[in-house]
Amino acid sequence: MQRTKLVPMLAAIAAAFTLGTSHAQVKVGLILPMTGQQASTGKQIEAAVKLYMQQKGDTVAGKKIELIVKDDGAVPDNTKRIAQELIVNDKVNFIAGFGVTPAALAAAPLATQAKVPLIVMAAGTSIITERSPYIVRTSFTLAQSSVIIADWAAKNGIKKVVTLVSDYAPGADAQKSFSERFVKAGGTVAAELKVPLAVPDFSPVLQRARDEKPDALFVFVPSGQGGTFVKQFIERGLDKAGIRLIGPGDVTDDDLLNGMGDQVIGTVTAHMYSAVHPSPTNKAFVDAFRKANNNLRPNFMAVGGYDGMHLIYEALKKTNGSTDGDALIGAMKGMAWESPRGPISIDPETRDIVQNIYIRKVEKVGGELYNVEFATVNAVKDPVKAEKK
Amino acid sequence: MSTAPGIVAIALADRLAQRARWQPVEIVFWAAAAASVFLLPGKHIILAEIAILALFALSLDLILGYAGIISLGHAAFFGFGAYCAGLLAQHHLIDEPVLALAVSGLAAAALGFATSFLVLRGSDLTRLMVTLGVALMLREIANRFDALTGGADGLQGITIAPVLGRFAFDITGHAAYVYALAVTFLLFLAARRLVHSPFGLSLRSVKGNPLRAAAIGISVNARLVAIYTVAAGYAGIAGALLTQISAFCSLDVFSFDRSADLLLVLIIGGTGYLYGGLIGAVLFKLMQDWLATMTPQYWQFWIGLVLVAIVLVGRQRMAGWLYCARGLVPDMLRRR
Amino acid sequence: MVTILFDGIAYGMLLFVLACGLSVTLGVMNFINLAHGAFAMAGGYATVVLVNRLGVPFFAALPLAFVVPAAIGVLLERTLYRHLYARSHLDQVLFTIGLTFMAVAATDYLAGSQQVFVKIPQALEGRFDLAGVGIGKYRLMIIVICGLLTLGLQYALTRTTFGSRLRAAVDDPRTAQGMGIHVNAVFAVTFAVGSGLAGLGGALGAEILGLDPHFPLKFMIYFLIVVAVGGTSSITGPFLAAILLGICDVGGKYYLPKLGAFVIYTIMIVVLILRPQGLFSRAQGR
Repeated sequence: MQRTKLVPMLAAIAAAFTLGTSHAQVKVGLILPMTGQQASTGKQIEAAVKLYMQQKGDTVAGKKIELIVKDDGAVPDNTKRIAQELIVNDKVNFIAGFGVTPAALAAAPLATQAKVPLIVMAAGTSIITERSPYIVRTSFTLAQSSVIIADWAAKNGIKKVVTLVSDYAPGADAQKSFSERFVKAGGTVAAELKVPLAVPDFSPVLQRARDEKPDALFVFVPSGQGGTFVKQFIERGLDKAGIRLIGPGDVTDDDLLNGMGDQVIGTVTAHMYSAVHPSPTNKAFVDAFRKANNNLRPNFMAVGGYDGMHLIYEALKKTNGSTDGDALIGAMKGMAWESPRGPISIDPETRDIVQNIYIRKVEKVGGELYNVEFATVNAVKDPVKAEKK
Repeated sequence: MSTAPGIVAIALADRLAQRARWQPVEIVFWAAAAASVFLLPGKHIILAEIAILALFALSLDLILGYAGIISLGHAAFFGFGAYCAGLLAQHHLIDEPVLALAVSGLAAAALGFATSFLVLRGSDLTRLMVTLGVALMLREIANRFDALTGGADGLQGITIAPVLGRFAFDITGHAAYVYALAVTFLLFLAARRLVHSPFGLSLRSVKGNPLRAAAIGISVNARLVAIYTVAAGYAGIAGALLTQISAFCSLDVFSFDRSADLLLVLIIGGTGYLYGGLIGAVLFKLMQDWLATMTPQYWQFWIGLVLVAIVLVGRQRMAGWLYCARGLVPDMLRRR
Repeated sequence: MVTILFDGIAYGMLLFVLACGLSVTLGVMNFINLAHGAFAMAGGYATVVLVNRLGVPFFAALPLAFVVPAAIGVLLERTLYRHLYARSHLDQVLFTIGLTFMAVAATDYLAGSQQVFVKIPQALEGRFDLAGVGIGKYRLMIIVICGLLTLGLQYALTRTTFGSRLRAAVDDPRTAQGMGIHVNAVFAVTFAVGSGLAGLGGALGAEILGLDPHFPLKFMIYFLIVVAVGGTSSITGPFLAAILLGICDVGGKYYLPKLGAFVIYTIMIVVLILRPQGLFSRAQGR
């Protein structure tokens, strides 16, 4: 029994190890959740990164860019191991992606140890960039939009709010930033509710929210969960009870928005990207993205990936192809460009993104639902870090 | 002088000794594992993870293969050990990794002892669900006490001291692999001894027919509790190893997926001969890694296909093919 | 308060329709079918395609959400599952998990990884107040449909020839065969109905549970809990268990939000310790 199984299996194992790669190029390791509950985030970012490389060519400053895509299933243990392997075995010059905050936090120490730039293309908790001097972010922080929507709510007759967030770091950030600003502006937060990150069931918490009879419900759920949430919100009749839905734009995710039904029309959110952002850059981006991806609408995750790749390309141009981690980070600091979402830059002090936050309302445009921007707050820095100073 | 029962006892002891004797192929297996330390320095990161999974699968084999208890919640102990090790390191209660490992293992064993009484009764389905329930409850508890555990964000900012004060874990994963492999090997030796001891034999008889075992004077429940406790300790050590080499620990250690994957690993490798978990771990992890590199988005499809194929073709038949192929390998060895 | 109860019942009903096929295959055919959720997903996606793309009215699409997975079920039963009835439970687990992985990845490939929604008719949206109790229209519809289904199932099992054949085939397949009952055919039909019901559950549940390629793995645990707590010897057992779990889950999350799903796991363990064969099963000699 033992022998029959052992011997040939050993041979198979030995054979499996004889695979390897190594080239003198610039390698970008892209770690994303491509399977599991956050898979849509991974798909959006991968598509955007590949689109960028297809548009701009795969050679920068004389170096050929090689992209290695890995799936971590949004499980931080996996992220860490994959990042370690990419750095040690594949000798990647950048690690990028990171669908959720815990994944980015798990990989942060590796960036420091290996002096490899880590580009956060999705995760949105403030503290991430503080975990290593080699982390740069091209997505957003939740505090950025939460603070803006708090101001907007206070100015637009909303007095009493219930907050409802996913129970993990970005949710806590969103809740805290919103509540502090909103209370300072004279509003009251009647209840602070949380739902688990995995397999959330919104109906009980929505019932609680309804029982508080607030003017508005502030909500953050990660990309991909907004659809179920809005469905439940409507089913529970919160819209009919006069409770407005506000929050960072994750809940009216472009990826899902069109399937949510007409009841979401009128939802006001603050966010850094909408697929109908009126600029030629964005129009070109959306058209190219849709064409390359079977008419999939890009969402805010896609734009984070697209800009992240731009940042890598431009940094390499600045360093003339040098892949020294410190030089690259130095090149990225203070970089500014026109993104599909509008003008953005990298804060030289915090390495976090500085961008416009738009206040948008869900409307029907050409038969489809979109977040239509109606007000802009220019060049918003991450408020959490700004406050620490 | 020797009476008939005496002869029987001697003959029996002889058989047992024979069974417990090391087969050449086993030595080859461990020699290959040791050789991988020197020959495959570039693969140490994934090898360390394989070693941990192998230890974890070995632990499940102890209860499934030797005591017939099917569990879909073995991650409960893995996770408990993982969080123990993480908290011990985070609060600098025990800095020495080896000691922390032992303590975490004991803690998980204690939990195993406490919950073992839940799996003494019931059908396969009942046991499956009770064990699953325990793991999921622990996950909810860990999530609930996020002040201690970090909730869904995981335990952050753990630093692990060098092993025995000398071998520091670094980014290359060398120390991690040697450490994980050494721990796995030592625990394997202990497990091997255990299952070949009279205790192990009595377990097999319990698995074969609990009623008859009870009739010949084996206290069935005590045996089951004992092996469940030991297996839980093993799983806890595996979990603690993961925390120590990754300096990180998240709620995922308790997840259903982890328990389910573990069951797959063990079924692929085969139960009841200790090596099943080890071989299954190597095959499963390498296959997963390879497929996920080929197609990051759809690797699950191919894993699924392999599992389906394994069942349809039948493990017996596959073993048969391997048996035919086996003739070639010793020949090649002998020719040198 | 009453609203929570109402929601819990609707949730429980939905769980029952989703899980009862599993209970049948497990109890009747002694087969662990972890791929059960994949049939539910097939029903859900069939409805999405029919309603959203082809413009079929919602209520007309529901029967098809039953038929499509049932057809897939028969096909798989005849070609693959049949060979596994005599195999060990471990093989069955390995096989059906493999199928589930394949279904998840294939759906991701075909339909994309984002959540999808069925466009439900206006009339089912929102809720109305009945004597001060908020009643969700969609949930009310779920209760009505699932309630009718349960009655129908109960009737089919206890009052029809097919039902008695099935029960005979379960109690003693060999004798049943000897009595001229086509045991294989009975099992195939049973499997198809179970898969179809799961599909219908998937179609109805898309609105409440959300539908994405990960669905079969996400809800596998819930189905198993229903079956384990309810026992597998009847359909009333899983039905009552599903209602109980639905109410406790919704109630637990409302009153003890911090403990989340803790409540139903606790209930499950307590039940299984006290009644290892399931809460509502008659004592089994087998």
